Amino acid sequence: MSKSSKPNATTERIRQTLAKRYRAEKRFRLYGVVAILFGLLCVATLFVDIIGKGHGAFRQTYIQLSVDYDADILGISDINDAQQLALADFSGLVKKSLRTRFSDVSGRKDKRQLYRLVSNSAEYDLTDRLKTAPALLGQSEKRWVLADDDIDTYFKSLNSSDGAFVGRTSEKQQQWVQSLIDAGQIELRFNSQFFSNGDSREPEQAGIGGAIVGSLFTLFITLALSFPIGVAAAVYLEEFAPKNRWTDFIEVNINNLAAVPSIIFGLLGLAIFINFFHVPRSVPVIGGLVLAVMTLPTIIISSRAAIKAVPPSIREAGIGIGASPVQVVLHHVLPLALPGMLTGTIIGMAQALGETAPLLMIGMVAFIVDVPGGFTDPATVLPVQIFLWADSPERAFVEKTSAAIMVLLAFLITMNTFAVILRKRLERRW
Amino acid sequence: MKTLSKSASHLKVAAIGCGIAMTLASTQAVSASRDYISIVGSSTVYPFATVVAERFGKTTPNPTPKIESTGSGGGMKLFCSGVGTGHPDITNASRRMKKSEFEKCQKAGVTDIVEVLIGFDGIVLANSVKTKQISLTRKDIFLALAKNVPAPKSMQDEFTTAQTLVANPYKTWKEVNPTLPNVKIEVLGPPPTSGTRDAFAELALEGGCKKITWIKAMKKQDKRAYKALCHTIREDGHYIEAGENDNLIVQKLDANPNALGVFGFSFLDQNADKVQGSLIEGNAPTFDTIADKSYPISRPLYFYVKKAHVGVVPGIEGYLAEFTSEKAWGGEGYLTEKGMIPLSADVRRASGADIKALKSMSGEGL
Repeated sequence: MSKSSKPNATTERIRQTLAKRYRAEKRFRLYGVVAILFGLLCVATLFVDIIGKGHGAFRQTYIQLSVDYDADILGISDINDAQQLALADFSGLVKKSLRTRFSDVSGRKDKRQLYRLVSNSAEYDLTDRLKTAPALLGQSEKRWVLADDDIDTYFKSLNSSDGAFVGRTSEKQQQWVQSLIDAGQIELRFNSQFFSNGDSREPEQAGIGGAIVGSLFTLFITLALSFPIGVAAAVYLEEFAPKNRWTDFIEVNINNLAAVPSIIFGLLGLAIFINFFHVPRSVPVIGGLVLAVMTLPTIIISSRAAIKAVPPSIREAGIGIGASPVQVVLHHVLPLALPGMLTGTIIGMAQALGETAPLLMIGMVAFIVDVPGGFTDPATVLPVQIFLWADSPERAFVEKTSAAIMVLLAFLITMNTFAVILRKRLERRW
Repeated sequence: MKTLSKSASHLKVAAIGCGIAMTLASTQAVSASRDYISIVGSSTVYPFATVVAERFGKTTPNPTPKIESTGSGGGMKLFCSGVGTGHPDITNASRRMKKSEFEKCQKAGVTDIVEVLIGFDGIVLANSVKTKQISLTRKDIFLALAKNVPAPKSMQDEFTTAQTLVANPYKTWKEVNPTLPNVKIEVLGPPPTSGTRDAFAELALEGGCKKITWIKAMKKQDKRAYKALCHTIREDGHYIEAGENDNLIVQKLDANPNALGVFGFSFLDQNADKVQGSLIEGNAPTFDTIADKSYPISRPLYFYVKKAHVGVVPGIEGYLAEFTSEKAWGGEGYLTEKGMIPLSADVRRASGADIKALKSMSGEGL
């Protein structure tokens, strides 16, 4: 303090550099804001793109036909004869109604184009209709049937700003669509089949119902296996295991496994579960097994962290009043650690829900039309369905793909939000 | 403490054991019998096989067959791994079964195989509709895309004598052929794992390679060197591997009008508003030119049926009948709407009869 000139020099220097340091801090903050804005922009672009492409898939074009359930065309003499009903020519019925609606169409080529206005699901729809209401035989009714995917894409694009998407539709077909519009016999309706149907090669009939059910079955198996095993492993390693080279080795391995690319687990599933244990391919059981192995490290790590966060005083108090270690763990540590464990599990499940790579190896990347009815029916899952549709040549699958991504994102956001809420609500801080 | 930790570890072992036992018990019942047809194989045949499978599932009491897209080679491997319901019944292929694969099948007990030729698929080179359509010959394609080509200076004398090979020096299409536009050679195509790439190399590159007389003569002397020369695609950035997804290639072409893309005909058919097929030897890839073979780059599509499974897995015969019915693979059948090029009526009739009789392939001429 004796040298009075030095502090003056220091203050002088501080004064000089102060503005520069403030600027540096401002810049630093700006970098952060820019980074966040960039991230938000990317997410916004993604969402706008996906929603812009996919919103159309929730509505589907329907065409109104007046169907005459003519027993002669169908070749049915006895409505109660299941055999006759199975062999009946319902496509003839659809064709007849189209011909009567557009009576001026002649020539084989034109007629073929005409028949292509409606989806081939129309005949299956009429079959079901007559099965449920046999009294309709010989009667006629107006019925809305699905339009073909080319017509659907064309009709949806009619009012778009970039002009109509003609695609594979011919000029004649466009005229027919116009005439249907004028007569009010074509409209967009909510596409409930998108949520109930399985996969289809006809975009207008394709749905994610099968994939959602497959995902649920697969995740159930994953949860049923990985949660108890993961929690048991975490409790043992954290509370009971002696600290020695073996447990260190196991710990390193678990941490390593959490970072292993997921396709490796698919290869493991193929080698062990399919080739050695002969679990069938393409079923939720094998998918669940592989995903369980994949999510185990995540669950074990988060469970251990949750157990570690329970303060030792609680264990000591429990033991102090005479509880056995198992009682301490079951009565005190586990309930207190449960919210953290569940959060980890939900995040692990969300990760498993979005996984395709390991499933590639075990045959779940497959075309499956029938909605699975159990754990051993062939099934596929949501992300795989997206992958398959993205690879399909038909144009109408573009919007289906985006719509399926929207559904998957909705599931993931719900699960992650649930995990956050759970943590906020139940977590206790010491 | 020790006993406690022991009991906990026992608990854990029991839990794992239970899990595995449970799943195994449930699966044993399944692998014993399977009521759905299991199909694997080529991603090129996949869009056609799936349509047939779906119709088959809807019109018969049988469940819809399960179809995995594993690629032709992967499908053969699974198909030839053995007989029994744990193995697939049918494999699709965008090429014929190889001799080595046939032998592998025989060794694994898959002795009776029914071969079905279903139709053709065209491979197209296409660019964005925003620019001019390009007209190429297969020789242009070979010179533009092969890794090694005959040295350009010596190309004058009609390729009659043996020449030195150099790493592909061509940077623009104009250098390859003066009639072509002066734009950088940029071709987006599938990666080496893809059957489309193999077929493209075999049909387009080798097709052009053969046009050079001394290389053609080389085939007889040194088949391996000939194949290496004619099938190897350059890796210096002019051929860009764009992944297995053909839709992606279409999108990239739309964004980059100077690039050409390689993909299956059905994608051209569906995206006619965005891309146009290049003329090959004066022929545009259309349904008719591929069918009558005037468009040269097309490949056969097959599927193979394990005869031992017919009658064991229900519905195989029905599936075959559906696939080989006129309304499916016929000249105006629904498969043509998906972009498959049908066989001629005579071939359909002849092979249809063989298939009905479930005639096994002999393995000769593979």
